[in-house]
Amino acid sequence: MTIPTLDTDDRASDRRADPATEKRRRRAAAFADAASAGWKVWLFKIVALGIVDAMAIYAILVLVVQEQWVIAVAIAVGVVVLNAIYLIPGLLPAKYLAPGLVFLFIFQIFVVLYTVYIAFTNYGSGHNSDKEDAITSLLQQSQTRVADSATYPVQIASRDGEFFLVVEDPETGDLSVGGNELPLESISSPEAAGYDVLDFSQILANQAEIGALAVPLDDDLNDGYLRTTDGSNAYLFQSSLEWDPVADTMTNTETGVVYRDIGTGAFTADDGTEILPGWQVWVGGENFVRAVTEESIRGPFIAVLIWTFVFAFLSVATTFVLGLFLAVVFNDPKMKSRKYYRVILILPYAFPAFLSALIWAGMFNQDFGFINQVLLGGASIPWLLDPILAKVAILIVNLWLGFPYMFLVCTGALQSIPDDIQEAGRVDGAGVWQVFRHIKFPLLLVSVAPLLISSFAFNFNNFNIVYMLTNGGPRFADASINVGATDILISMVYKVAFVGANRDYGLASAFSIIIFILVAVISYVSFRQTKVLEELN
Amino acid sequence: MALNSNPLTSQPAPALAEALADDRRGAAAAEKAAPAPRRPFGRWFRETGWRHIIGIVMLLFCAFPLAYVLSASLNPGGTLLTANSLFSTFDLGAYFRLFENPSQPYGAWFVNTLVIGLATAFGTVLLGALAAYAFSRMRFTGRRFGLLTLLLVQMFPQLLAFVAIFLLMSAIADIFPALGLNSQLGLIMVYLGGALGVNTYLMYGFFNTVPASIDEAAKIDGAGHARIFFTIILRLVAPILAVVGLLSFLATTNDFVIASVVLSDPDKQTLAVGLYQFVSQETARNWSVFAAGAVLAAIIPVALFLALQRFIVGGLTAGSVK
Repeated sequence: MTIPTLDTDDRASDRRADPATEKRRRRAAAFADAASAGWKVWLFKIVALGIVDAMAIYAILVLVVQEQWVIAVAIAVGVVVLNAIYLIPGLLPAKYLAPGLVFLFIFQIFVVLYTVYIAFTNYGSGHNSDKEDAITSLLQQSQTRVADSATYPVQIASRDGEFFLVVEDPETGDLSVGGNELPLESISSPEAAGYDVLDFSQILANQAEIGALAVPLDDDLNDGYLRTTDGSNAYLFQSSLEWDPVADTMTNTETGVVYRDIGTGAFTADDGTEILPGWQVWVGGENFVRAVTEESIRGPFIAVLIWTFVFAFLSVATTFVLGLFLAVVFNDPKMKSRKYYRVILILPYAFPAFLSALIWAGMFNQDFGFINQVLLGGASIPWLLDPILAKVAILIVNLWLGFPYMFLVCTGALQSIPDDIQEAGRVDGAGVWQVFRHIKFPLLLVSVAPLLISSFAFNFNNFNIVYMLTNGGPRFADASINVGATDILISMVYKVAFVGANRDYGLASAFSIIIFILVAVISYVSFRQTKVLEELN
Repeated sequence: MALNSNPLTSQPAPALAEALADDRRGAAAAEKAAPAPRRPFGRWFRETGWRHIIGIVMLLFCAFPLAYVLSASLNPGGTLLTANSLFSTFDLGAYFRLFENPSQPYGAWFVNTLVIGLATAFGTVLLGALAAYAFSRMRFTGRRFGLLTLLLVQMFPQLLAFVAIFLLMSAIADIFPALGLNSQLGLIMVYLGGALGVNTYLMYGFFNTVPASIDEAAKIDGAGHARIFFTIILRLVAPILAVVGLLSFLATTNDFVIASVVLSDPDKQTLAVGLYQFVSQETARNWSVFAAGAVLAAIIPVALFLALQRFIVGGLTAGSVK
């Protein structure tokens, strides 16, 4: 579109004389323009698609090697669709929607569905892999040295950053090599087979990894493993567990106890004891059932559930009341320097919330905190250690963090209420309070109600303040999971899944889904209510 | 209110502006002619004075924790107890010590937070704007359904799916270590999963206020859809892009859950994850160093927020007005 203006005047005047030529020239310019833009777009498109395709092909190859067929097919379909969208003319909306949708599908929709799936499994520490891996690691874990077995002279070799044992047969003197996942295979010399033999200092530097090396004698893992403690001699180790692939049992060779796969994701003895690690299995609704029936989970769960509701409700109520009050107070045009007050009032909202919570945690400290030491003259109030006071502290800090938002929203809503409505009220003889109560407030509520609902939903999952201020504590003494008096549902989920040694992803996901259902139902019901409100006015 | 900053609608028509100015001049003249008698103190207090008292109380409540942390960061004592003597000393030592401990790489956290925040904000703006453009300017089957679905999907926040995100990322790490667990690029991708949704809605509303005749005109001049989007539309909707980018930046820098789940290596973590562990481990001993870290960490978000507060307030209230 810039081309016409570049014409020099004499030639332009020549052409303008002839309308037909003029029209043709314009069209040509348009084509040229479209083509020039198209050239860059096409180059970008081809390069971007090329990168995506290359990555997809690589991922598919890796997945095929690992025999993950479902995901490989999903990626293949996805990448074909992407190529189609950008290479076939038309499909314009899809071209603009696809980039965002790709991320949305993987990191929002897929993870939600995956959460649902995990909630129905026993995924967690002790159950995080498949059965084959579990058997291998069980056999490797429970090894003890076989008494009176031969001593194998060894050298330590490395290839591609992994360590291997080069073993000399004590009777024949033949050399063989093996690693953690490589049963012994004979070689003529380590160098010829591509291994580097480590010297003493290298062995010293990698002691831990070399000590953990367990080389299977052959494909049958029951035959035992070679392990070395000093890097020069290896001994035969055998597992105290014996794996019987036909009967699908693990037998403890020392005690004679037989462990069977009874479908719970771990080998279990007749008396119910399990040997871990187990593997991941579908457990149906067991996690949900556990959440509501198992005494040591149900108690804390119900306490947390009630506190979550109380916390979310009081957070919205306190911040809204203070925010609205301040909005009304500062909405007087006669008041000078309102601007400056406003800037200070929104500072808590601008300050990163996680930092605020950490700072308040310091100020609430029982022995050294500012509030006890200075404001209360050296009192020793256990702000964060007493269940009730910790809840009060959380609400105070949340009020500090949250009222500026309500203040801003209410100020905006108040200013959008036309003045003549209140004038009319005044004329009819209503006082200031009556005008506010019966005219301004209902009007304000109509526009603010949806924000109150989303604020409730936000506070329902207000992880940072709880986790940073009290860490959920003080902890319930009688709970089997790591939960405390101020934990809300989301922080409980986080702790069940990621804090401490015992991680229970299945249970955590089940809690996630419960939270989702609660928030969805509450939002739905309250949005319905606010519609009623809107119609009334 | 952000809508006011739309270059197409914000400037009042010249005639109107003139009239407004006249009005103001008139009012000023009237005031000069008959100076209002000073209100007696009692009446002034009843009408506006008490408001200032509330304002001052709120000022103390709001600013105090911030003043406290600033004072603590300047106190060489370094403990919670010494931090209680407000502004009694001035010592920048804590700010230097912040960068000296290699096991608490504050500098790396700071850079990581900035990089992750900016990249996420940029990506969110781009993806959101692309989608909003499609929804606003094109009519296609499934458009209404798509808009509704976006709103519904947001009902299940990513925050709730962090277990699945962790497991997904650890699976990706087996194939593409550069995108999986403990990868900042991976974390950015996870954040971009939430790029559509609310952001698209905000932008969609704003895109609709840009007259379609502008792109029609450009089309007649021979511009393709990509050129219209990148060179015309994006410039006209710059205010909403700034709002969405800023909100996304602030949300990203504030996130603890997902960042802590995805990033495990101290050198790769963000300020939220790093500083939390820093304080939870050594509250008593290193309070002033933490305070210094908090002051530095807050400068950028607070400055951005104050500079763009006009737009943010608009963004917050836009939903309610609609």
